[in-house]
Amino acid sequence: MIQADLTTILPEIILALYAMAALLGAVYTTKDGMAPLLVWTTAGLMALLAIWIATQGEGTNVAFNGMFVDDGFARFAKVSILLSAGAVLVMSQEYMARRDLLRFEYPLLVALAAVGMMMMVSAGDLMSLYMGLELQSLSLYVVAALRRDSAKSTEAGLKYFVLGALSSGLLLYGASLVYGFTGTTLFSGIITTVQAGDVSIGLLFGLIFLISGLAFKVSAVPFHMWTPDVYEGSPTPITAFFATAPKVAAMALFARLMHDAFGGIVKDWQQVIVLLSALSMLLGAVAAIGQRDIKRLMAFSSIAHMGYALIGLAAGTELGIKAMLMYLAIYVTMNIGTFAFILMMERDGKPITDIDALRQYSKRDPGKALAVLILMFSLAGVPPMLGFFAKFGVWQAGVSAGLTGLVIVSAIASVIGAFYYLRIVFYMYFGAENEEPIETRSTPVLWVALMGSAALMLVGIFYQFGVEGAAAAAAATLVN
Amino acid sequence: MDNILSIVTFIPAIAAGILALFLHGDDAAAQRNAKWIALLATTVTFLVSIGIYTGFDPSNPGFQMVEEGEWLMGLKYKMGVDGISVLFVLLTTFIMPLTILASWNVTDRVKEYMVAFLLLETLMLGVFMALDLVLFYLFFEAGLIPMFLIIGIWGGKDRIYASFKFFLYTFLGSVLMLVAMVAMYADAGTTDIEALMSHQFSSESFSVLGIYVVGGMQTLMFLAFFASFAVKMPMWPVHTWLPDAHVQAPTAGSVVLAAILLKMGGYGFLRFSLPMFPVGSAVMTDLVLWMSAIAVVYTSLVALVQEDMKKLIAYSSVAHMGFVTMGIFAANQQGIDGAIFQMLSHGFISAALFLCVGVIYDRMHTRDIEAYGGLVIRMPAYALVFMLFTMANVGLPGTSGFIGEFLTLMGAFQVNTWVTAVAATGVIFSAGYALWLYRRVVFGDLIKESLKAMTDMSSRERLIFAPLIVMTILLGVYPSLVTDVIGQSTAALISNYDTALAAAEAANQTAASH
Repeated sequence: MIQADLTTILPEIILALYAMAALLGAVYTTKDGMAPLLVWTTAGLMALLAIWIATQGEGTNVAFNGMFVDDGFARFAKVSILLSAGAVLVMSQEYMARRDLLRFEYPLLVALAAVGMMMMVSAGDLMSLYMGLELQSLSLYVVAALRRDSAKSTEAGLKYFVLGALSSGLLLYGASLVYGFTGTTLFSGIITTVQAGDVSIGLLFGLIFLISGLAFKVSAVPFHMWTPDVYEGSPTPITAFFATAPKVAAMALFARLMHDAFGGIVKDWQQVIVLLSALSMLLGAVAAIGQRDIKRLMAFSSIAHMGYALIGLAAGTELGIKAMLMYLAIYVTMNIGTFAFILMMERDGKPITDIDALRQYSKRDPGKALAVLILMFSLAGVPPMLGFFAKFGVWQAGVSAGLTGLVIVSAIASVIGAFYYLRIVFYMYFGAENEEPIETRSTPVLWVALMGSAALMLVGIFYQFGVEGAAAAAAATLVN
Repeated sequence: MDNILSIVTFIPAIAAGILALFLHGDDAAAQRNAKWIALLATTVTFLVSIGIYTGFDPSNPGFQMVEEGEWLMGLKYKMGVDGISVLFVLLTTFIMPLTILASWNVTDRVKEYMVAFLLLETLMLGVFMALDLVLFYLFFEAGLIPMFLIIGIWGGKDRIYASFKFFLYTFLGSVLMLVAMVAMYADAGTTDIEALMSHQFSSESFSVLGIYVVGGMQTLMFLAFFASFAVKMPMWPVHTWLPDAHVQAPTAGSVVLAAILLKMGGYGFLRFSLPMFPVGSAVMTDLVLWMSAIAVVYTSLVALVQEDMKKLIAYSSVAHMGFVTMGIFAANQQGIDGAIFQMLSHGFISAALFLCVGVIYDRMHTRDIEAYGGLVIRMPAYALVFMLFTMANVGLPGTSGFIGEFLTLMGAFQVNTWVTAVAATGVIFSAGYALWLYRRVVFGDLIKESLKAMTDMSSRERLIFAPLIVMTILLGVYPSLVTDVIGQSTAALISNYDTALAAAEAANQTAASH
């Protein structure tokens, strides 16, 4: 029995053991000298695990009496998480090394965060949910404050920690209420109670607290306040990391909890998600207009994008989950490209995040400017880029679930949002010449990340590398 | 050739790709190569597209040369033309080589400029040929990107304001349309335009947010599509982006905008609104007709007081598009034939007028009417060409402008006499502003020092105008060249429309009698 359980969570165990062993190894040898090597081995291991999970995983396996579930849905999320985390790690190596930020703890903390995220998306019980979430969050708090001598970075870490602790508190309180009113922490137990029609006010309260806690993790309005400050304060590679893998993990966890534990009462939680989604899209679109700092801008952009992805969740259908997963996969790809470019932006070796510095960038480097243009239009959801199909998917799910009002709100938000993405294009292509142009130092890794993700936005229209089929299969295992 | 439509559509895109990837440097040789490649590609596209015309069977009202293939997310790649769209395809391929020729003097980022125009051509052609809802939307919307860049990079002084206004206005209309498209997909289970045309969308009235909607879902969908097409058209009162965009765009950009992009609105009405939401269209007909009449009169008056030549022509475009919407929503043979004719004719005339402005703008770098006067003395050939197109714009019999206006007025008269009476006054106003413009620019004494060194049109410029002159006069004296091609398809459209309305009426009667 235990043998089978361990086999099911083998990828998590390997990654966790690797992180611990590497930690010991680095402490007892050259410490930070090992950091570049660790970055590559961690990323390599993540990629291997992703391939392994994608190709070997089969069926639905439950371990530890239902605490841990390995199904198509979890595998889809895990592959996205591992690939994006690995990509961000590799992208950040050069940037951090040149700014003396490359400590050996960094790749290992990211690895541990990834273990936490993998636990999250596989959670089958409120306890394992919380375990995974905290492992992830604690690692993220630390990496946010990685630049120890910078007040901004420390502030970002502390802010993230305090607000994160608050949200964990909400989540735990909700979990205890749910336990109290259903007598179990297992999702499978909760759903039996719920489907029996025994939905008490106390259980709904617990559900709302759980949703609030998770909304904080996906930075949905009104639980988004930490996002801009943390995005701006953290070192750019960390911001890139925040904007990708943890978002996928939190959304996937959200979807799993809603469907596995509360699947029978879609109508009860749907309205809450609709509100979160509508507010996120509107605030993300409006608040970003005034931003001059590209990292803050991307923070609001990520808030808005989570709002769009939440439409898929709000639909409460298989089509909705499929659309949400597609949305996340496309969103992560776009963000990796965009952050690869932000990592390149610098002047005299100092990172620049002011979008004003991009004036007439297209004249100096047409190739990269074109790639950013494609990414910006894709983020705005303009066809023919893949970002449009992401939006089309969630809208389709929303309309067929009867959420036409929400879809109209999201349509309006997407127009408002288009303005700030266009403004970046405007600076690059039509802005007046700037006295102090930026340089973009590109390493091969960053170049590949930027150009690759821009190319995918176009190639994706013709061929999706099986992602669509995988998302459909994943959605089918979650919703039934 | 089985897939001639795809070939025509993607030749420019392939040329754009070649330009973008293989042409390096920005020296004189590279610029010259870029221009020649673009000219060659657009010319080849035009020549191949003649094959569409010769292969087209006017007696068949359905879609022809259809291509179909699987695509992502359950959508289809489906292209085809019918009588309504085939001439727009030809208009596009015909105008594009001329715009490239008109851009011969561009010196700033020539390669990018040509790439933008070539991509734009592909996207515009796709709009007229797409037979899948989402494919249509993709082409329709993606066309904004190159146009946004064309106005923004190569435009005039206030290009940034104009480009943003252009993009956001049209984008807002389009996303509402997309929501309706998603709803149609959910309702009918397909995005195939042919199938959707025969699908009956519910027209049962209901209340939304306390408002009683006559015609129900059809009216709402009609409004969503209307939001997009009315902006694109542009109809009063959402036309304000157009003068800004025209004034700031480079000459070739204005030509494409006026000659082709504006036609997408009218095409959309004919392809989607009337056939798919007949009840919704019927409910809104009176409103649209009055909006058209107001557009004709109001924008003609506004055109009278313009100081800027391009702005004047832009307002005149809005007025002419008013005739088009009036004709379409008259929903009878004369009206719709006239609307299509008017769109094609306006494609030639407005393109020529913007090119006329371009000719003197290239020499003087101003578009103020004030700055000119007495050009006929130095530029007799130019004065002749400008005269011809001014007359065509006014709707002089013998030019194509007359046929379109006359047919639309005739169609609308059978439906709503008052609207027609109001709109007909627009014909007089248009004579007013067009002739006055002509007088101020071309006639009078040549007193301004700066104008004394003006040279007449070069042979390149004459070459650009020649085909436009031929088309304007040919269509003016031999209109059945167009009406024969479109006749069967519009007849089918109208009979389907009337049948659907009668069916809905009958359903209402039965519902009422129970």
